[in-house]
Amino acid sequence: MGNFKVKVRKKARYVNEDLCTGCGSCAEKCPTMTVDVYNAGLGNRKAIYKYFPQGIPSVYTIDAEACRQLGQGKKCGVCAKVCQANAIDYEQKDREVELEVGAIVVAVGYDVFDPSVIPEYGYDHLPNVVTALEFERLLSASGPTAGHLDRPSDLALEIEVESLEKDQKKLSRQVKQLEEKHGKSSAEVLAQVKSGAAADDKDLSGWASAAEKLSDVEARLEPLKKKVAAAHSAKKLAFIQCVGSRDFRFNKFCSSYCCMHSVKEAMIANEHDNEVNSSIFCMDLRAVGRGFEEYKLRGGKQSNIRYVRGRVAEITEDEAHNPVVWYESTTSRQVLHEAFDMVVLATACVPTAGAAKLAELLGVELDGNGFVRTDPLAPLNTSRDGIFVCGCAQGPMDIPESVAQASSAAACAAEVVAPARQTAAAGS
Amino acid sequence: MAEEIRIGVFVCDCGSNIAGYLEVSELAEYAKTLPNVVYVKENLYTCSESGINEIKAAIEEQKLNRVVVASCTPRTHEPLFRGTCEEGGLNPYLFEMVNIRDQCSWVHMQEREQGTDKAKDLIRMGVAKAALLQPQEPIESPMDPRAMVIGGGISGMTSALTLANRGYQVTLVEKAAALGGLLLQLDRIGPSNADAASLAAKHAERVQKHPKIRVFTSTAIDQIKGYIGNFNVTVSTNGVQEEFGVGVIVVATGARVLKPVGLYNYDGEKVITQLELESLFKKGAFDAKKVVMIQCAGARNEDRKYCSRICCMVAIKNAIAIKERSPETGIQILYRDIQAYGTENEELYQRAKQLGVRFLKYDQAKPPKVEPGKVTVYHQLLGRDLELPVDLVVLSTPLIAGEDNEAISQLLRVSLDENKFFLEGHVKLKPLDFANDGVYLCGNAHYPATVREAISQALGAASRASIPLSKDVMKVEPIVSTLVDEEACRGCGLCVALCPYGALEIVRTEKGRKVRVIPVACKGCGVCAATCYQHALTINSYTDEQIGQQISAFLETGTEG
Repeated sequence: MGNFKVKVRKKARYVNEDLCTGCGSCAEKCPTMTVDVYNAGLGNRKAIYKYFPQGIPSVYTIDAEACRQLGQGKKCGVCAKVCQANAIDYEQKDREVELEVGAIVVAVGYDVFDPSVIPEYGYDHLPNVVTALEFERLLSASGPTAGHLDRPSDLALEIEVESLEKDQKKLSRQVKQLEEKHGKSSAEVLAQVKSGAAADDKDLSGWASAAEKLSDVEARLEPLKKKVAAAHSAKKLAFIQCVGSRDFRFNKFCSSYCCMHSVKEAMIANEHDNEVNSSIFCMDLRAVGRGFEEYKLRGGKQSNIRYVRGRVAEITEDEAHNPVVWYESTTSRQVLHEAFDMVVLATACVPTAGAAKLAELLGVELDGNGFVRTDPLAPLNTSRDGIFVCGCAQGPMDIPESVAQASSAAACAAEVVAPARQTAAAGS
Repeated sequence: MAEEIRIGVFVCDCGSNIAGYLEVSELAEYAKTLPNVVYVKENLYTCSESGINEIKAAIEEQKLNRVVVASCTPRTHEPLFRGTCEEGGLNPYLFEMVNIRDQCSWVHMQEREQGTDKAKDLIRMGVAKAALLQPQEPIESPMDPRAMVIGGGISGMTSALTLANRGYQVTLVEKAAALGGLLLQLDRIGPSNADAASLAAKHAERVQKHPKIRVFTSTAIDQIKGYIGNFNVTVSTNGVQEEFGVGVIVVATGARVLKPVGLYNYDGEKVITQLELESLFKKGAFDAKKVVMIQCAGARNEDRKYCSRICCMVAIKNAIAIKERSPETGIQILYRDIQAYGTENEELYQRAKQLGVRFLKYDQAKPPKVEPGKVTVYHQLLGRDLELPVDLVVLSTPLIAGEDNEAISQLLRVSLDENKFFLEGHVKLKPLDFANDGVYLCGNAHYPATVREAISQALGAASRASIPLSKDVMKVEPIVSTLVDEEACRGCGLCVALCPYGALEIVRTEKGRKVRVIPVACKGCGVCAATCYQHALTINSYTDEQIGQQISAFLETGTEG
């Protein structure tokens, strides 16, 4: 305690932080698209990127794996060319920084539970079953759908239609050119090729196959377009609580905040489109903070939220990609099923992937769930003097509690370093 | 005033938060046509580092001497943009903010054209006001580096010890005869299973022995005057008054347990509260064989809507305690939702189930009925009433606000919520502060909390309080009341009576009775300026002239007319 030596590795971002002005020209011109992790994988971003627009510091970073130049060894260099500040540095390396400190605060947060390991909820193969975080991005005005509740299955359909339309355009141009050049109709050529009369004419057989492909694409496009036209944004939502929490197969604990974020998401969805109605499937609806119970009741009264007690047994799908929720109603004593436009999984708050390794480095104990162990009567203290932990690194909690704990951890750390600081102040 | 007014206007897209619902480029074009505007820029996010840099660059390159940002709310972003102006070399009070997000794009999502028109009105008004803005200098006032903690429970004692260990002088005021608060009445506390009274005693001893802490017990607070850095407190102990000064105050007044008179045939004998059960444990007088606990007794109903957060865990803790004492005792907990949030609580809940405690959910519309020797409850899964034989019924009653909360809130001029608990400054961003500077909050005074949570909050409140304590001088926003026309002031004292912050006083001067503003205490609410029929008082940056110009600008080319 009071005297830690810490070696920190600062990862290369391949952009000089002091020079980058955050103007964004690099990302505008970067030719490489990759999955946007910030938008929960629902959209794409460039290989040079800022994690999110308001990110601090406002400096771009190259995703080395996705980058043509760094990751794939191809020639590119577009970002370096367009950067007027000359901030791009492909040669940048990871850097080690040594720190000497008196106290350490662990605030590494948490990860969201991956629900694809729960087979009965079908998260990995049902397109319209999403996690709360994905739903949060869909609801966000700066998210991939600009805040509209477009269903992932419909978004995929749109992408398919777009790509088929591109094919259709290309093929029809090709066929039209041939028709004009030879003064023949495609139908004639097709008949000719089929009858075998043009067996050795490569031009004609090419023409025929293009024509055939075109009619095939058009045949596929027609019903898809109808489907897209018929698609509507999600109006009927189901929220499934305790996905990966309070489930002995995965995590025994309660994740604390998910009841409230489901109520919130259901309320925001209804504010965005007042035709939206939501069913929240839960064992207990845990609304334990100031104003939470009142908020929950208001959601029920004003935002078309129905609270259903029961653990959902399975989610299946009907032919229109509507998820079907199977559950036992504990109030009517029946097994029921109901189709929804979209299902949102309130996934558990789990220890962050690096927690175990960090705990080993710091020499602090974890609890049985993998969070940093604390003492109920010294709630910020870890098992090692001088090292404190706040927020979800010590267990699930909501924003106000995390913010309050951050101050608490600061108080603990300040107490440790106070004597040294006073000596330093007196000496100066 | 010969200076040429050069206003720069920055219009923010806020991603699509604003640009998705308003014609932002049209707003930018419009701003260019307004008087004194020499520069206009549309930003994707004005608050991003690039937006900030654009403002700074424009101040220099365009020689701006006023900046207007049309974006979100000044509540969150005004300090940032003021700081930007300062970094750009401009007095930070030559800045005006126009809220076209909350007031336009958010509330007129379905009305693009009208929303855009309204935003034009607001920008025109902001620009009109900006032209009249005057530079201001922050107000400085000395800081008394001592603290007062109100309440000697676990929260108050923890806060006092934390501040004292940092080297600050602390006065702890407790109204009861002994330190310890609610802990003195409890048996054991979960999940540590520590003995509550000895935990309280241990803390009390440390507090009493600490050279930096002065403890007042059996003491009431009569008066608190002053403001951050300079509070003057009067307390009385058994009729003897004493006055002292402090720079900051921590409110840790705790809460009470509701006595459920008239509920479920409560009699304090066969139908008791969890607190009374714990006192049976302490006396070793518990001997029931068939126990039914009823949750939400007097909570989550029409009269008291809130969930008291801790009662489910109190019931579970006590049910486990009973099972450990007498495993053969049958316990049924009738509940609506079991609030076992988090890791430790859920673990205790599971443990109780393993020990044989039975949990039965009841419907609020069909509450349990308590009669001598039995409790009748509707069982939802069975679809019928169940009769449970009992020899002891335990009611889990909520924590309710302390009886002195109203008086203390008035002394401190801080807010209470609808249930009379103290209300924090911001639910997410300032959970331990009040809206008033220099006053902090923790424990049950804020909202029911477990001991773990109370200790954590107490540490945090001490941390917040130590920020001003560590400074010799307080700097305060100069958007405050000013006596602009001393001649006009008649010393009537109307403003003094109405000021919610005690920031005005009447003094005798050579010219007679006049009002005097205490700028550090003033929050710039404007009540005084609005009240003064002589127009002697005004609020910096909200002068009559500035507001008048805003109104004229609105009427000039109002889109409605």
